[in-house]
Amino acid sequence: MNNNLGVKEQIQQNLQKRNKRLMEKAVPALLFTAAFISVLTTIGIVLTLVFDTMQFFRHVPFWEFFTSTKLSPLSREPSFGILPLINGTIISSLIAMCVAIPIGLTSAIYLSEYASERVRKLVKPMMEVLAGIPTIVYGFFAYSFVTPLLAYIIPDLGAKNVLSPGIVMGIMIIPLVASLSEDAMSSVPNSMREGALALGATRLEVTMKVIIPAAISGIIASFVLAVSRAIGETMIVTIASGSSKNFTFDITESMQTMTAYIVEFTSGDAGSGTVGYYSLYAVGFTLFVFTLVMNLIAQYISRKFREAY
Amino acid sequence: MKNRLLLNQVMKYTFFLLTLVALGVLAVLIVQVFTQGIGWLNWSFLTSKLSLNPERAGILGVIVGTVMLMIVVGPVTMVLGICTAIYLEEYAKKSRFQSFIQTNISNLAGVPSVIFGLLGLTVFSRMFGLGSSILAGGLTMSLLVLPIVVVASQEAIRSVPQFLREASYGMGATKWQTIRRIVLPAALPGILTGMILSLSRAIGETAPLVVLGIPVLIMPIPSSIMDDFTALPIQIYYWTLDAVLTPEYANLAAATIIVLLIVLFVMNSAAIFIRNKFQKRY
Repeated sequence: MNNNLGVKEQIQQNLQKRNKRLMEKAVPALLFTAAFISVLTTIGIVLTLVFDTMQFFRHVPFWEFFTSTKLSPLSREPSFGILPLINGTIISSLIAMCVAIPIGLTSAIYLSEYASERVRKLVKPMMEVLAGIPTIVYGFFAYSFVTPLLAYIIPDLGAKNVLSPGIVMGIMIIPLVASLSEDAMSSVPNSMREGALALGATRLEVTMKVIIPAAISGIIASFVLAVSRAIGETMIVTIASGSSKNFTFDITESMQTMTAYIVEFTSGDAGSGTVGYYSLYAVGFTLFVFTLVMNLIAQYISRKFREAY
Repeated sequence: MKNRLLLNQVMKYTFFLLTLVALGVLAVLIVQVFTQGIGWLNWSFLTSKLSLNPERAGILGVIVGTVMLMIVVGPVTMVLGICTAIYLEEYAKKSRFQSFIQTNISNLAGVPSVIFGLLGLTVFSRMFGLGSSILAGGLTMSLLVLPIVVVASQEAIRSVPQFLREASYGMGATKWQTIRRIVLPAALPGILTGMILSLSRAIGETAPLVVLGIPVLIMPIPSSIMDDFTALPIQIYYWTLDAVLTPEYANLAAATIIVLLIVLFVMNSAAIFIRNKFQKRY
């Protein structure tokens, strides 16, 4: 301790040091609390879903929920079968994949293997714009533009149908497939490209026989993630696919997805504590499990089958 | 021999054309929305209250609702996001806890937004009794966009070179002093970019708010964060639904979409500007 300082200054210096030491201890604790919020969120999601889903299965047998094709939550004798919703979800996602996979993958191939730096710098930001448009806007677009357009081609198309939101959902997902697949393809080292080109292969052959096989894990992972996005997508299907709970495979008809059911039921007047209210959580839980499994599969594929160079 | 080269050329243009399909749809979407809505977008539309009469309806209350929602989402996400990122990058580096939280965050990013709506409905609306207030909506939205801020901030913090930290330690600074005075200022542009991107996601997100049970009724302009509210995407949703009965509502929805798209465009441009202008390369 410096003897030239007065007692007051010494005390002040000690205080400052103590404060500093306290800060060094307190700050990590505070930061840890913040980091823990994300864990709490996950726990919160799982707990709310599990708790109210259990309430639901007190009223409706487990077996009936997963095998009945009849869903009429608001009728006098309500029936809760989730199959119509699962059917609607799978069909709309399949339509979306039929649009997103071919276009997304070819865009990725073009951007990664063919495009010049100038074209890439132009196209990529536009893809990002496409990815940044809110889904409600796509929903509006599907309902007020794509459905009337499709009605010219398919005359008996319903005003609400699953085809139009499926297609628009596919367009929404293109940037996801394109950017993830492109990442996978551009991370294939250039030496492999050059090696194949030097052997006389064309760009197309290089892409098909060298680049895609080498990047296949990343590409498949992007497809799986895209499916997960399509399953979880809400506003497009809510607006353009309507709320008919039919168990049908006719894509010109209205179908309801799991997400749309949740939206319809919460924005309606489902009183808390009714079986209908709890069915919301049972459907939410099924949806959560679907997307979680998809995401885990995607992570597993990209980790397990990654080729390291 | 010739065939192979020809096929290559043909496929090249096929790939190019398919790439253009996505961008073409983007163009069609924008043109369609603008032609439908631009005639309805004028000063009185922006400054009058909601009304059942499409001729007199305006979105002042909707804009106020969106702004107030952002006033809740912004600070909450910023504090939680940056703190989480600092903890993960500076304190918990390479620990088991870090990889646990990291996996958790990437899984949260994949949870559908309706599920966040259900969480908000159960926890914030019912358990905390916040109803369908701006606060309930804002907190739900914050949890939804949190992963975006965390990941962006982590990247920004990671890109601050180690020698800056070491120089600071060498001068006798403590860990927290180094983080606060050296790391955070250097990482600020990246963090801000992530922040803006997460807010622009929150502005366009509809499903969680609808699940919280935002009322459809015409309501007064909200004055505090405990009030009920409506926001741009919700209004678009209801107007699109009601267009079955009153076709003019579709035009109002289109006009509101234009407002929403312009806001998003400005925000994203700001993010890109900040990234290009202030990001230092070491």
